[in-house]
Amino acid sequence: MNRTLYPAIFAAIVTLILTSMMLGIKLKTEGINLTLHSAEGSTWTMIFVATAVVFLFQLFRNQLTGLVKLPTLPTVESMLPEGKKGDRIKTLAVCFIVAAALIWPFYASRGAVDLATLALIYIMLGLGLNIVVGLAGLLDLGYVAFYAVGAYTYALLSLYYDVSFWVALPICGLLAALFGFLLGFPVLRLRGDYLAIVTLGFGEIIRILLLNWTDVTGGPNGISRIPKPDIFGLEFSRRAKDPDNMPFHEFFGIAYDPSYKVIFLYLLALLLVLVTVYVINRLTRMPIGRAWEALREDDIACRSLGLNPTVVKLTAFTIGASFAGFAGCFFSARQGFISPESFVFIESAIILAIVVLGGMGSQLGVILAAIILTVLPELAREFQEYRMLMFGLLMVFMMIWKPQGLVPMKRPHLELSTGDKAK
Amino acid sequence: MSRALLEVSGLCMRFGGLLAVNNVSLSVHEKEIVSVIGPNGAGKTTVFNCISGFYNPTQGTILFDGEEIAGLKGHKIARKGMVRTFQHVRLFKEMTVIENLLVAQHMHMNTNLMGGFLKTPAYRKSEQRAMENAAFWLDKVNLLEFANREAGNLAYGQQRRLEIARCMVTRPRLLMLDEPAAGLNPNETKELDQLICNLRDEFDVSILLIEHDMGLVMGISDQIAVINQGTPLASGTPAEIRDNPDVIKAYLGEE
Amino acid sequence: MQEQLLYFVQQLLNGLTIGSTYALIAIGYTMVYGIIGMINFAHGEVYMIGTYVAFIVIAGLTYLGLESLPLVFLAALLVSMMVAATYGFTIERVAYRPLRGGPRLLALISAIGMSIFLQNFVRLAQGSRDIAMPSLVTGGWTFGSPDTFEASLSYMQVIIFIVTLVTMGALTLFITKSKWGRACRSCSQDLGMTNLLGINTNNIIALTFVVGAALAAVAGLLLGMYYGVVNPYIGFIAGLKAFTAAVLGGIGSIPGAMLGGILLGTTEAMTSAYFSSEYKDVVAFGLLILVLLFRPSGLLGKPEVEKI
Repeated sequence: MNRTLYPAIFAAIVTLILTSMMLGIKLKTEGINLTLHSAEGSTWTMIFVATAVVFLFQLFRNQLTGLVKLPTLPTVESMLPEGKKGDRIKTLAVCFIVAAALIWPFYASRGAVDLATLALIYIMLGLGLNIVVGLAGLLDLGYVAFYAVGAYTYALLSLYYDVSFWVALPICGLLAALFGFLLGFPVLRLRGDYLAIVTLGFGEIIRILLLNWTDVTGGPNGISRIPKPDIFGLEFSRRAKDPDNMPFHEFFGIAYDPSYKVIFLYLLALLLVLVTVYVINRLTRMPIGRAWEALREDDIACRSLGLNPTVVKLTAFTIGASFAGFAGCFFSARQGFISPESFVFIESAIILAIVVLGGMGSQLGVILAAIILTVLPELAREFQEYRMLMFGLLMVFMMIWKPQGLVPMKRPHLELSTGDKAK
Repeated sequence: MSRALLEVSGLCMRFGGLLAVNNVSLSVHEKEIVSVIGPNGAGKTTVFNCISGFYNPTQGTILFDGEEIAGLKGHKIARKGMVRTFQHVRLFKEMTVIENLLVAQHMHMNTNLMGGFLKTPAYRKSEQRAMENAAFWLDKVNLLEFANREAGNLAYGQQRRLEIARCMVTRPRLLMLDEPAAGLNPNETKELDQLICNLRDEFDVSILLIEHDMGLVMGISDQIAVINQGTPLASGTPAEIRDNPDVIKAYLGEE
Repeated sequence: MQEQLLYFVQQLLNGLTIGSTYALIAIGYTMVYGIIGMINFAHGEVYMIGTYVAFIVIAGLTYLGLESLPLVFLAALLVSMMVAATYGFTIERVAYRPLRGGPRLLALISAIGMSIFLQNFVRLAQGSRDIAMPSLVTGGWTFGSPDTFEASLSYMQVIIFIVTLVTMGALTLFITKSKWGRACRSCSQDLGMTNLLGINTNNIIALTFVVGAALAAVAGLLLGMYYGVVNPYIGFIAGLKAFTAAVLGGIGSIPGAMLGGILLGTTEAMTSAYFSSEYKDVVAFGLLILVLLFRPSGLLGKPEVEKI
């Protein structure tokens, strides 16, 4: 008993110190004076309950460890069928889901479609960051900077040069990639930890620049009235802004309905996501995808085989950045208004949480996680306040409990068919 | 004699106050097997690390095919046709055997991204050729049946052979083996012996070898260099080394 | 001429003030990095919590009618150091220890998660608004004539210098002379070997987190009293800056962290004074990138030799 008693007392005291100071006492500024207020009785009750729970848990931890086991989640992977036949079923399932995603918005409410579009943006961001973190094993904490580059590129191009969405889209991707290249080039030669902190700093630099370069970016006021994308010159507004263009509803001779625009944006986002999924899917099967994997496992062996680690990492970093650029371009077109507020560190953290929850390297996982993490806070509004707290906790918890994420990555293994290679 | 493929002269490597390698010289000619031997801690692997570009030598010149390579980065040296294995096997353990060999051919492959996205004929052909080359070498080292296994699941001796195959798919001119027989049983050592000779005779590779197994070294080497405490002690043919009193003293101690 | 010199001296003093507190926070990064080779992202938040606790103690004692400044200061120092140390200890125990020896990426993500968690924990507990405190120490010395430019050295700045110097001195003594300090140094050279020699390396690692956190709390108290404001977000930028300082000086090296902190603080003050205060963070991070580019091992750090 003594063996667990002292650690238990210690743990209880630690819990009490951690919670009582920050939760139990509240600071308030009244006039010029700083005053203290005790928290409500319920908070104190919770503090003592937490302390008691920690104490009891530590006291009986030996007896408990046998009884309580963290439940293992049924992995999505294990539910999927295996083998050749499985592949066919998977293809069918993917077709079915894509078809459903295409038809669904015509029957759903406008709000739901709008939310789904937001989720699609996060899916794209998650997939892009997944290349960097999941496939290449590089921690990028300033991913939102490339998102900002894409968003501001379209906003500024349309504001100053009247460039249309479709022309701006590739430019946004390229420019974000260029920023990724310029930042990655010096930093990727160094150890991984430095990359994390430098990207964090870079994210801040971009935000500060956007905030203070008022003449061009509008500073904290941001840029508004960014034109929505059109489709082959057909606009989705009631009246065409551009005299050469025609509104969509007039062209088809139907009544104007603002939900056309919402659905169009949704479909556009879906298209971008599908392209992203395809490209990443290809990447993992290409030499560069194998090189990322190899580099994650053993960079010394890679170098001895003539792979330039900096170039391999830089490819991942640059490609990842370009997807953020595309997403940013779409984001600013959809919102019609952007400001530095949208590109704070918290956004990077949310995208990282998506990757971590879904499973590093796993596309399906990231898609699921992006949907969960964007839709859930909308459904439970009171949850909003606790969102970031939960995300932080989630990252720690996932790393310790299930670092592979909800849907562990399954890399496509290239197989040597031994049939035609019979000696 | 023709110009040497690899010519190391006056190589020194200093770590802080420690002179790990002092004035070592070596040369490897085309289709030659040269061994570096010496007691543990003599600095053999450090010499290897300098030649293969993992360390930046403090002093000395390293000529590969007449070109100065001292101080170049490891991957650049590998691209010039000089690859190595490691004392402790360094495979990509979670990748399959065949993938290990595909990664090794990265520098010869069509890595054009657009080609890969669109699966162009050039890209497919390059993948196909890499696959065939990998299969060829797997066959050579008797690992063809394990092609789709994870490399980490192979037996130790097989991992050693896979590491050599992984070097060979890069089509090197000089192969550097760091204690390839370490941890192998006598049978496997004999196979390795044959494999190494085969590589030289059939595929025109020159080989630089660090080894402890004297039987292996004496049997296959054309030239041997002995290093003791970072300094060169002797060099010559196996017969010369066997009778060299300094070498005997270093290995067996003072009589 | 005279004014310009005074202006310069003023900026230098301001830079040294901020810089010495950066140095205190940077030591926490550098000690942890030296031993387990990871960046403790949550360190900045520990500094932020230290500031809150210091404010709570000061407000509490003032409310109770304690007038003696040295006593209030000392009490705030001790309590905030203790609470911050508890946080440091718990962070290591909960978020890092289970991941030690695993892939570095996991520990890094766990660290960043911890940082986000703590920031939002404090935001929910104490509100996201600025909490201001009336300054306890006022006055100082002034130089120059009031007509042109007057440089000033406030008593608070002097306190910051003295406390920082004393803390650094104590730390140096602790590291070089004490049994624990020796164990710390031995851990940073070879963790595995130290463990084999019968030293409980888990305890030593916990100790580095505790010491680092306590130093961050010292910085928290000093900067809190200097600026008179705290909010849940100060830890993020301060952490970034302190890390930059640690890298600048050479990560893993304690004198390096001190030097880096002072250099960074001075650079920032000079940028604000002669260029633009909006861009001082940009210059600081730009400096970080430049150092990594040209001297990745920092000013006083040793280059790492890769084991093959």
